[in-house]
Amino acid sequence: MNPEPVIEARGLTKKFGDFTAVDSIDFQVFRGECLGFLGPNGAGKTTTINMVHCVSPPTAGQLTIAGLDAGQDSRAIKNMVGVAPQEDNLDPDFTSFYNLVVYARYFDIPKITAHERAEELLAFVQLLEKKRVLIDNLSSGMKRRLILARALINEPKILILDEPTTGLDPQARHLIWDKVRDLKSKDVTIVLTTHYMDEAYRLCDRTIVMDNGRILEQGVPRELISKHIGAEVLEVPDHEEIKNYIKNEFPDALMETVDERIQVFSAQPRGVFDRILEKFKSRGAIMRDANLEDVFLKLTGRRLRE
Amino acid sequence: MSRGRIATLFIIPRLTHRAITVWRRNFDVFMKTYRTNFIPPLVEPLLYLVGMGYGLGGFVRPQEGLRYIVFIAPALTAVSMMYSSFFECTYASFVRMYYQKTFDAIIATPVSLEEVIAGEILWGATKSLINSTIVLAVVFAFGLVSSPLFLLIPPLSFLVGILFASIAMCFTAVTPNIDSFNYPSFLYITPMFILSGTFFTITGLPQVAQLLAKILFPLTHAVNLARSLAIGRLNSSLLVSLAWILVATPLFFVLSINLMKRRLVK
Repeated sequence: MNPEPVIEARGLTKKFGDFTAVDSIDFQVFRGECLGFLGPNGAGKTTTINMVHCVSPPTAGQLTIAGLDAGQDSRAIKNMVGVAPQEDNLDPDFTSFYNLVVYARYFDIPKITAHERAEELLAFVQLLEKKRVLIDNLSSGMKRRLILARALINEPKILILDEPTTGLDPQARHLIWDKVRDLKSKDVTIVLTTHYMDEAYRLCDRTIVMDNGRILEQGVPRELISKHIGAEVLEVPDHEEIKNYIKNEFPDALMETVDERIQVFSAQPRGVFDRILEKFKSRGAIMRDANLEDVFLKLTGRRLRE
Repeated sequence: MSRGRIATLFIIPRLTHRAITVWRRNFDVFMKTYRTNFIPPLVEPLLYLVGMGYGLGGFVRPQEGLRYIVFIAPALTAVSMMYSSFFECTYASFVRMYYQKTFDAIIATPVSLEEVIAGEILWGATKSLINSTIVLAVVFAFGLVSSPLFLLIPPLSFLVGILFASIAMCFTAVTPNIDSFNYPSFLYITPMFILSGTFFTITGLPQVAQLLAKILFPLTHAVNLARSLAIGRLNSSLLVSLAWILVATPLFFVLSINLMKRRLVK
């Protein structure tokens, strides 16, 4: 079975004056999958998804959503897309419930249907008891959940989540993740951006790593890890003697010094580092599974982005 | 600015019924606090009529052949049209656009930015209608209306409201921050409040000032129309005033939408 692309971008470019925020990128999102955009601040993630949901016109390139052209058919596209933005732009003048009802009006959803859906969606994000509460009196986790509920008011085929759990406590994050998985199981195509590698690993079928407006790498998280890092990472204290030992014994191993510790990567299978581990265990050597964060830092570097 | 760039400021926007959903959002907020919203248009005309009409009016000779209180009463309705729509689409719209991000939330739906701005302007005009009609009721209760033509003042207030709301939206589109609204407020709106034939006839002003008041101040024309309708005085100057408003309104309406697009579409 050929997967059917729901979103397709070719040579997609966005310039702000002389600054190129998104530099001729190609990608596809398939029906029912969850795609994550990863990248440091300023990588072009939000700019890309703003083009996808048609609030920011592309400078160049092709962008089709469900077969519709993003430039020509923005109204039809917006009708089937749900967006949970990074910023809280809930309506502070209204209650939770009425936020959803007013938002439904923008989609021409009839009043009775809007009230039913608002009720269902508040239950879905576990906010039913906050139905009559004004936005200012909600916690940040509740606001994020309400924004998610609002993004679902038009029963979207495509859901866009821009940093859905930034700044949330672990309980609130897990609740959002549960809901995203739930939606995925209902065949909603999901595009999200995140800074959290664990989030991307848990939720995304595929990830795209961006930096400076370009795509550095894309693929299934597990495959990206084994391709770039390997199965495991050995961490030992940053010590001349240990460093020399590893260099002599494992000339192929890649080493990087982070926070006064040496991280050793090897593309070889599990077990090759057992000797080092055994030898330096008492001095704090540990072995851990390689993760997406290792890939991310390897691809985008450790330079701080402001 | 090149000719092409200027032309893009007058592109006719494509609007649908969806602009009404934006109007409706503002109306819903208004209705939540309607009791407090009715205080200014009730109290202000009372103060002006008693303080200026009766108090000051005792020292002022008739203006344009009218008793002073009869002269200023219809002008108060026109002033209310200006203030309510102008401030709605400057400060209040700016808060929705910049601080509350309400426009951002709406344009992620099938409602376009053009329709958001049109809805905001329609709402500004509605505020003009509501407030000036309350002022008119007060004026009526004081027995200061002498012609049934006064019934045309509410529809006039909606038209004048669209004009001032559109002018306001042009400033909102270019203002760097909320404090900068002091410029149009004190350099344009306040002079207009004083010099548009509201509290004294402009025929007493120097020729140049009269001319400027007629060319630059929409309020001059709104006052002229409101006063004539309230006392049933019809003359050819009304056609000039109505024509001024009918030409300026669509121009500023279209301009404000395109300026807003320039500000917000990134």
